[in-house]
Amino acid sequence: MNAPIKSFPTPTRREAMVIAAAAAGGSLLIGCSPGDVLSLGADSSHFGPFGPFLRIAPDGAVTVVSKHIEFGQGNHAGLAAIVAEELDADWARVSVVQAEANTKIYKNLGVGGIQGTGGSSAINNSWDQLRKVGASGRAMFVSAAAARWSVPADEITVKDSVVSHSSGKQASFGDLVADAAKVTPPQDPPLKDPKTFTLIGTDKVRRKDARAKSTGGAQYTQDVHKPDMLTAMVAHSPRFGGKVKSFDATTARKIPGVVDVFQIPTGVAVTAQNTWAARQGRDALVVTWNDDKAEMRSSDAILAGYHDLASGKTAPAGKLKWQTFEARGAARPPAGGKVIEAAYDFPYLAHAPMEPMNCVAEIGGGDPKLTTGSQTPTLDQLNTAMIVGCLPGAVQIDTLFAGGSFGRRANFKSDYVTENVHIAKHVGGGRPVKLVWTREDDMTGGYYRPLTHHAVRVTLGEDGLPVHWRHRVVAQSIMKGSPIGGGKLDESAVEGAMGSPYLKATANVDGQVTFPDSPVTVLWWRSVGATHTAFVMEHTVDQLAWAAGKDPVAYRRALYAKAGADRHLAVLNLLMDKAGPVTPGWSRGVAVHESFGSVVAQAAEVKLEGGVPRVGRVVTAIDCGTAVSPDQIAAQMEGGTCYGLSAALYGQITLKDGLVEQKNFDAYRVLRMNEAPHVETYILPSIAHPTGVGEPGTPVIAPAVANGLLALTGKPTASLPFVKT
Amino acid sequence: MTTPLNINGKVVNVEAAPDTPLLWVLRDELQLTGTKYGCGIAQCGACTVHLNGEAIRSCQAPIASVVGAKITTIEGLAGLHPLQTAWIEADVPQCGYCQSGQIMSAAALLAKTPNPSDADIDAAMAGNICRCGCYQRVRAAIKTAAGAQGRVRRGP
Repeated sequence: MNAPIKSFPTPTRREAMVIAAAAAGGSLLIGCSPGDVLSLGADSSHFGPFGPFLRIAPDGAVTVVSKHIEFGQGNHAGLAAIVAEELDADWARVSVVQAEANTKIYKNLGVGGIQGTGGSSAINNSWDQLRKVGASGRAMFVSAAAARWSVPADEITVKDSVVSHSSGKQASFGDLVADAAKVTPPQDPPLKDPKTFTLIGTDKVRRKDARAKSTGGAQYTQDVHKPDMLTAMVAHSPRFGGKVKSFDATTARKIPGVVDVFQIPTGVAVTAQNTWAARQGRDALVVTWNDDKAEMRSSDAILAGYHDLASGKTAPAGKLKWQTFEARGAARPPAGGKVIEAAYDFPYLAHAPMEPMNCVAEIGGGDPKLTTGSQTPTLDQLNTAMIVGCLPGAVQIDTLFAGGSFGRRANFKSDYVTENVHIAKHVGGGRPVKLVWTREDDMTGGYYRPLTHHAVRVTLGEDGLPVHWRHRVVAQSIMKGSPIGGGKLDESAVEGAMGSPYLKATANVDGQVTFPDSPVTVLWWRSVGATHTAFVMEHTVDQLAWAAGKDPVAYRRALYAKAGADRHLAVLNLLMDKAGPVTPGWSRGVAVHESFGSVVAQAAEVKLEGGVPRVGRVVTAIDCGTAVSPDQIAAQMEGGTCYGLSAALYGQITLKDGLVEQKNFDAYRVLRMNEAPHVETYILPSIAHPTGVGEPGTPVIAPAVANGLLALTGKPTASLPFVKT
Repeated sequence: MTTPLNINGKVVNVEAAPDTPLLWVLRDELQLTGTKYGCGIAQCGACTVHLNGEAIRSCQAPIASVVGAKITTIEGLAGLHPLQTAWIEADVPQCGYCQSGQIMSAAALLAKTPNPSDADIDAAMAGNICRCGCYQRVRAAIKTAAGAQGRVRRGP
């Protein structure tokens, strides 16, 4: 069904300026609250008595509204558990639905004030908010029961959705909900003492979507069928920055089922009656591309340029310059001392989620409507509004499960979303259009983890610990031009090196980064900067330990003690306690890294089989503050390890004369069942505020494996992936 | 043209060109969307269905080639298959997009090899990619379904 038709809102001149400024990253500069501006046009009048995050049905069934998308990370289970704990609801009768797009109501309290899921922030930013939602709901039931039974509220208890009085009187949420709905929600409801939690932190917290996802019933964007819907595919420039010069659709238009062919800003679109016709039509197009502004280089040549920058052979071009990310003491290294030099190359990586990018759009005839796995609804609304010419809050978004993302669906340009908005606008009349990217479109479509080079030169003191650390990073900037960036230094390229306990423990640090430009599009990729900084810091530290003649674990302990890195030390100690002796026939490498507020340590057992690393037992220890859902934390450590290991073993996108060489899973090899390690997860007990889980499990495995191979062969690893095909 | 296909125990007549891959007929014409598109070149296994009990990649099966065969999709597994029970019990899915294919490959494995070894599981399941990395839970759930002891280990 289309959204109800109402008058089409047109922004005032000032609102249009605000929207344009927000899109350009300037909303903060003009003193507006982005949440208010970006939700202009949204309807916030329809939430029920328990507020926008909680609904309770007449039969007592509890529904938690998640402002965060679920694309595997298990946050729906955790978010629901936070509410259910404080509400004292029967967990078996709690379900989760996805929130609509409404920035003011559903903004992420941790990431930029926009509605969006990222930075491993779902549980972290919702913790206080949802505890209050649950506690407030509980207080409303208690008040309603106290009034009905004429008893003092403090004699009432709640357990498993049943409200009880010491006299023996009982009523279920269903019995009381009509009365509870009339109670004014308390502003500051009392929260539980964490020691009294009965759900949070237990194995009772399980996924709510496992059945739907095990029976084929879970619905993804790819599965959407709407009446009269068209399916669209687009011929994109094979080179980044290329534009359509001309095209011939004669053959494409003859394919049965093809409806129309037309040019849009990102290429040539084919609309059709079904997916197969759209694909055949798209593949039959003959397009000539204008490569005047395209990236024509090979990735090897781009990387060679990075090497020249890092070594000082060339200087950053034009307005680009070196920027300091960490500096302390003397920039110049001391004379003498043992010097260890290491340089590392990291390739472009595609996210390659199982569900390739897609989006359903209905434009014209009413409010614009999107049905898609929207990771950042605010940005998708804003970018759609800019094309359609409406207030951002008026853009309706029905967010479905997404078949993975790993960062790809959080795009400040809303690339595939706006592509389909252009198509659906051309089709018009509110007719639904489903844009489908093939695997090849997805893999060659850019927004990669940036190609990155690090060069490190460390001088050791007489005690074997570093006294001088010179560090150069060359990477394309992710945040440049982003509406939620705008800072001078793009920390996403150096996070994990910047602030590392190893640098804190070093008296003299000279850390600099530069950001060359390219038409190749880059983006955050699960754990972002840590995808390379964790490797550089952890593999370098092992090389320092070996050079100093020390055990790498003991060497880390000494550095953590010097840096005051108590959490790192505690997690490393838990890890070594659980890891026990190395399995005979295997080598073991250890790595520890903090990202998204959590510290993860891994001990990976490795061996070489025909020159290819094989990874067996991986012991993982994590400090993520309060563990809301221990089983889902374990799942994220298992999955994050596989995702990181997949990239470490095989992952690379390379360009040959500007053309992407990997188009599908045959060339972009990923980890399979027969190569998967067995991951054991141990969680450090904590009652601190919860921190990230979705990403911190990813960056640690690659350096752990490299350190295991270093112990085995004596040879450090200077570039990823380990296996170059 | 009309092609008769035997899907989940029923014969349905579909209007599609004979070279249309079964995957797109299932998804677009019959709206059996549990079977997923992941790669289109038989590399990922998300589109796995059974053809006379054998696991096949429906993205590579033109409908003309499957006329007369018994086709079973995830929607056609009778009731809740023991694998599905084990999958739910172990919270195997993360994003869930690959799971229909994983379960269909595992079901074909167990039909022939009721007590599979790790090597049997590797051989049968290596064609099914899971980008979320649910592999160790897939392995454990297959063993649970097979009546063997699951091996999911987790800390305190």
